[in-house]
Amino acid sequence: MAASYKKLILNGIFSENPVFRLALSLCPAVAVTTSVRNGFLMGVAVLCVMTMVNITVSILRNLINPKVRIPAYILIIATYVSITEMMMRAYSRTAYKQMGLYIQLIVVFAIIISRAELFASRNKVLPSAADGFGMGLGFLGALVLVGAVRELIGKGSIAGFHITASSPLLIMVLPTGGFFVIGLLMGLFNWIDQRYYGGRPGGGGGGHH
Amino acid sequence: MDTEKNPQVEARVFRASVGPHISSGESVPHIMWTVSAALLPAAGLSIYYFGLPALSVLVLSIVSAIVFEALAQKLAGAKITISDGSAILTGLLLGMNLPASVPFYLPVIGSAVAVIITKQLFGGLGYNIFNPALIGRAFLMASFPRFMTTWPLPQGSLSLARPDAVTGATPLGILKEEGYRKLLSHFASRHDMYVQLLLGHRGGAMGETGIVALLFGAAYLLYKGYITWHIPVTFIATVAVLTAVFGGDPWLAMLSGGLVLGAFFMATDYVTVPQLKRAQVAFGLGCGIITALIRLEGGYPEGVCYAILLMNCFTPLLDRAFKAKKFGEASAKA
Repeated sequence: MAASYKKLILNGIFSENPVFRLALSLCPAVAVTTSVRNGFLMGVAVLCVMTMVNITVSILRNLINPKVRIPAYILIIATYVSITEMMMRAYSRTAYKQMGLYIQLIVVFAIIISRAELFASRNKVLPSAADGFGMGLGFLGALVLVGAVRELIGKGSIAGFHITASSPLLIMVLPTGGFFVIGLLMGLFNWIDQRYYGGRPGGGGGGHH
Repeated sequence: MDTEKNPQVEARVFRASVGPHISSGESVPHIMWTVSAALLPAAGLSIYYFGLPALSVLVLSIVSAIVFEALAQKLAGAKITISDGSAILTGLLLGMNLPASVPFYLPVIGSAVAVIITKQLFGGLGYNIFNPALIGRAFLMASFPRFMTTWPLPQGSLSLARPDAVTGATPLGILKEEGYRKLLSHFASRHDMYVQLLLGHRGGAMGETGIVALLFGAAYLLYKGYITWHIPVTFIATVAVLTAVFGGDPWLAMLSGGLVLGAFFMATDYVTVPQLKRAQVAFGLGCGIITALIRLEGGYPEGVCYAILLMNCFTPLLDRAFKAKKFGEASAKA
């Protein structure tokens, strides 16, 4: 049993990475990843919300009438997003100022509702928690990676530590750079997957929020 | 698509055709080399004006474009096609779009973006959506705004050129920042300004100056039938008309910035513009409107590059919208 939890968690990180493999929630992946710090904070927020949403949906899965399941999921997601937002506002004022809008937007992230619908509503609580945690970790990892590349090339620093005096390639911290980096990393992920794990070409599911 | 690798397909194509055929001798490499050659007078003039830095920028962008093309094709396991001349043309056009004073790594980075990201990642020659040289330029513009908007002064002199002609900024930059009257004060007369602009004695990207030489090359391409008038003429005329309508100087609008280079050499790239004549007119119109909008209302002094790139997005749509009606086709409702 333990092995399958491990598999569920790794699934979200690698073979079904939300950003690089499922191409979901690309909007925040482009918008907030101008630095490692922003990517990390956003990723942690999503990780918490996803795990809790998956657990809650799984607990309530037999009580929710299928006809109103989407509004019910949205309510559950909105609840946890509100909690996350308030926590952030209380404990990390500067981060909240930078990303407040995007934290609120977590409500409509496609990756969260798709995991609630596709996984948590059909599985028991612990596997759902593992799935949400894995997906959240995958998202967190992707955002930190994109943020690191963009910060390094765009600002010449890593997590705020300056490596070069001036910015090497300014375009990387502009939205355009976000598309460049995500596209290239997605290609790299697919290449590794095809070459070493025999996977099919993936990604390109169409980006929703 | 790939008839070279599959002789059977090729044979079938030949059998299906009727009547005697004469090979025109035209080929992609031939066209690429001819277009490159048509740019040479303008390139030569810019080297004359801006000296060795201009030469080194051009050589660097061309050489790195070739190297990156070969590298990308080798990594992808594809056939290396650097001899088809398309990488050389991309490098040359990119170089012509840069100020002569940029540091050595700008043309190299620009070529990498143009050839690897814009062209090869989309599938190579014939599959790219955007004009590679222009994406390279836009990338550099966003990354190195300071280098990309520092314009060196022409150093050489032609008999008509005055030493105190426009210096430091491009004519369009002066127009945007300080107004028409100020721009005019740099020249002896309005007529003198037109002549100077035509001869290219002014600040600007290498390919923006020396309009005479550009027109010479363009005339050759038109004569050879490699480009048609549809896009360039509509493009330039639209900019002139819109500028005149909004109270500007249409002649200045036509002779300044990268309009001539863009209209004749980049808005006519076979891959990224519509193939149907009516769609080409619409393409030129769109380019003209966007250029005029950016110049008159936008934050940048020049908008040719972005106008062409934006219209590149519409190319498939335009080709579909203006598709010729097939006669004798039954309508779906009948």
